[in-house]
Amino acid sequence: MNYTIPTVDWSLVLPFALVALTGIVALIIETAHPKRDNGLIIGVSLTGLAATFVLLLTQLVLPPARTFGNMVLRDQFSVLLQLICVAATAVCFMFSDGYLREKKIAFGEFYPLTLWALSGAMVMVSTDNLLMLFVGLEILSIALYCLAGMSRSEARSEESALKYFLLGAFASAFLLYGIAFLFGASGSMSLPDIQKAVTGLTRDTLPMPVFGVMLVLVGLGFKASLVPFHQWTPDVYQGAPTNVTAFMAAVSKVAAFGALARVLVAAAPLHQYWFEALYWIAIATMCIGNLVALVQKDVKRALGYSSIAHAGYLLVALLAYTRDPDKVSLGTTVFYLIGYAAMTVGAFAVVSLAAKGDRDGSRYQDLHGLYRRAPFATVMLVLFLSSLIGIPPTVGFFGKQLIFLDALRTGLVPLAIVLAVNSAVSAYYYLQIMVAAFVSEEGAARPVSRKPGAGMTIGVCVCAAGVIFASLLGGYVQETTRTAALQAKPVPGRVQNQMEVINR
Amino acid sequence: MQNEFIPLLLLMLVAAVICTAMVTLSWVLGPKKNTPYKASPYECGVQPAGNANERFPIKFYLVAILFVMFDIEVVFLWSWLTVFNSPLTGLDFKIFSFMEVLVYLSTWIVGYAYVVRVGAIDWDETTSLHPEKLGQTAQEAN
Amino acid sequence: MLLPIATMVTEIPISWYLGLGLVMFCLGGVGVVVRRNPVVVFMCIELMLNAVNLTFLTFAAYGIYPGLNKATAYQSAMNGQMMVIFVMAVAAAEVAVGLGIIMAIFRLRNDVDVDDMSSLKN
Repeated sequence: MNYTIPTVDWSLVLPFALVALTGIVALIIETAHPKRDNGLIIGVSLTGLAATFVLLLTQLVLPPARTFGNMVLRDQFSVLLQLICVAATAVCFMFSDGYLREKKIAFGEFYPLTLWALSGAMVMVSTDNLLMLFVGLEILSIALYCLAGMSRSEARSEESALKYFLLGAFASAFLLYGIAFLFGASGSMSLPDIQKAVTGLTRDTLPMPVFGVMLVLVGLGFKASLVPFHQWTPDVYQGAPTNVTAFMAAVSKVAAFGALARVLVAAAPLHQYWFEALYWIAIATMCIGNLVALVQKDVKRALGYSSIAHAGYLLVALLAYTRDPDKVSLGTTVFYLIGYAAMTVGAFAVVSLAAKGDRDGSRYQDLHGLYRRAPFATVMLVLFLSSLIGIPPTVGFFGKQLIFLDALRTGLVPLAIVLAVNSAVSAYYYLQIMVAAFVSEEGAARPVSRKPGAGMTIGVCVCAAGVIFASLLGGYVQETTRTAALQAKPVPGRVQNQMEVINR
Repeated sequence: MQNEFIPLLLLMLVAAVICTAMVTLSWVLGPKKNTPYKASPYECGVQPAGNANERFPIKFYLVAILFVMFDIEVVFLWSWLTVFNSPLTGLDFKIFSFMEVLVYLSTWIVGYAYVVRVGAIDWDETTSLHPEKLGQTAQEAN
Repeated sequence: MLLPIATMVTEIPISWYLGLGLVMFCLGGVGVVVRRNPVVVFMCIELMLNAVNLTFLTFAAYGIYPGLNKATAYQSAMNGQMMVIFVMAVAAAEVAVGLGIIMAIFRLRNDVDVDDMSSLKN
């Protein structure tokens, strides 16, 4: 047996290699001139992100491909998710500088760390190999642990970093143990191979992959903040610096749902074992996320619970897809993720304006008077929040409508009803945030001092454009992911075969 | 096969009985006179000073962290070298994998340069870590 | 169906290794829940990761996957061993970051009991 050089199609890894390289260059700049103005770092980072974005756009039309021994996969699904991640990171960078200055966080390292976290997220969505998925997840998570604790003088920030770190490491141990059992059942880390292997199992060998899938779902459910594993989300969202929270909310969720989609599709032959569990998890996630958000007094915390609720909506979309991949497409999930990233990053960007001195002003009363100081940003905040509620002309409405119709089409009527009721309930706390921004600042505990800079305005405009115009992309995304979904489509009738095997 | 182990078990049993008997009997029968000198950790050595629960300077942890990182780096080198050394690998594979390892190591060098630059491995008391990055203000540091 | 790769290892039934792995994993999990010092909690997580490594190596050594030919079985064995190296590397990275975070908290408050960390509330 002779070792040969694998033929490598570098264009597949180029997007995340480029992002990681940009991070290294940014770190070198920081190393050369510590404590200087971060303008150069931001310029380099944004240039790198723009180049990656263009590169990914050119790859959108290419046919699905694999390289590095099938470890890296590029299809339309992965390219679209990578585009969302890159765009969300770019917006975070635009509004970060003003925020970091205000809070006197002297870390130029924010930019390289965020870029590496982004590269981890991109790896995570562009693979169907569990080893790569795990490595991507850890690159993303470890960088995020550091970023959450970036505000060194704030006890809240450090505490959130520790919580995130301990629970994240705990969850990744579960994920790994699950991967170990899937590997034991199939002899492979690759999800298509696992799918093939679990199809032909008998009653004796079945417990192992079922156990494995459950544990993997626990690990990914933590990352996606589904309900029994959501405890960290509000704490970390509240404690972490707001720009990190924005990044975490958008990119981490996109990556988690990208990975979750692929795992669920590979686990489709075992559909009967996990579907019921995820069905109830989806209901619990939507309800608990929205109900607990109603009683919050902190904007970032309320948005954290809102992100849990949105994870529930996304899970409904995924469940509808795995239930009947012929009738509905993965495009719904992708489309909702586009909208979710735009509105949540935008909302956090505006909320970051309330920071003053070394403290995050994130209680509702800290937003008072925002309308006077930053009228444009406040109007945009109203736009983002109405999109989060799901008011018609915005992307939030169309996304929810697609999920609702998908759920109805696949016979998940209870999920559709829970989704609709929850959307109505959620309006209450989003309206509370809106009202807080319009209350006059007299009698407020602490007036907002900072005026939005140019970066903030541009970033918010990008998000607003996403919220308003992304709905036009709906049809395109559905169509594009339909070709990508060929990769991910569970073979119809698999579930039935499985039943026969078990009954034998 | 089981029989071979019986003498061994007997030996362990006898040893356990004798040891227990010696310790217990001397404790029961012997006189007990406790003096402060006897209670000290070192009966014929230095006087212990201070509390055992003293904190280590934080520097030790910092160096330990960096050690762990640069230690685990070798894990990948070792597994790569096993393949690299094998007579089964052709020259083209060796060149290809060597280039990949160079890329891998260069990222470590960038990291090392950063560590040196921020002064994380400066053993001097007057650290060159930027006080802002430690979460202190400049006045506190002075 | 059974493809013993390392015959010396495989004299012991696979269930012993898997059982040991499960016990280690559960001990680690219980430790995470009941211990209060973050360093000890993290040690428990490391125990869980080691249980995972043991499980990976067991599957790699026993190769009990149905329907694989010999060449593929060797490749699978390599897959499992490779994963262990990655898990070790990631665990080291987590140690570094975790100790860093714990140090940062120490500087701020001179005490790292997880039960006292409740400033993040409404």
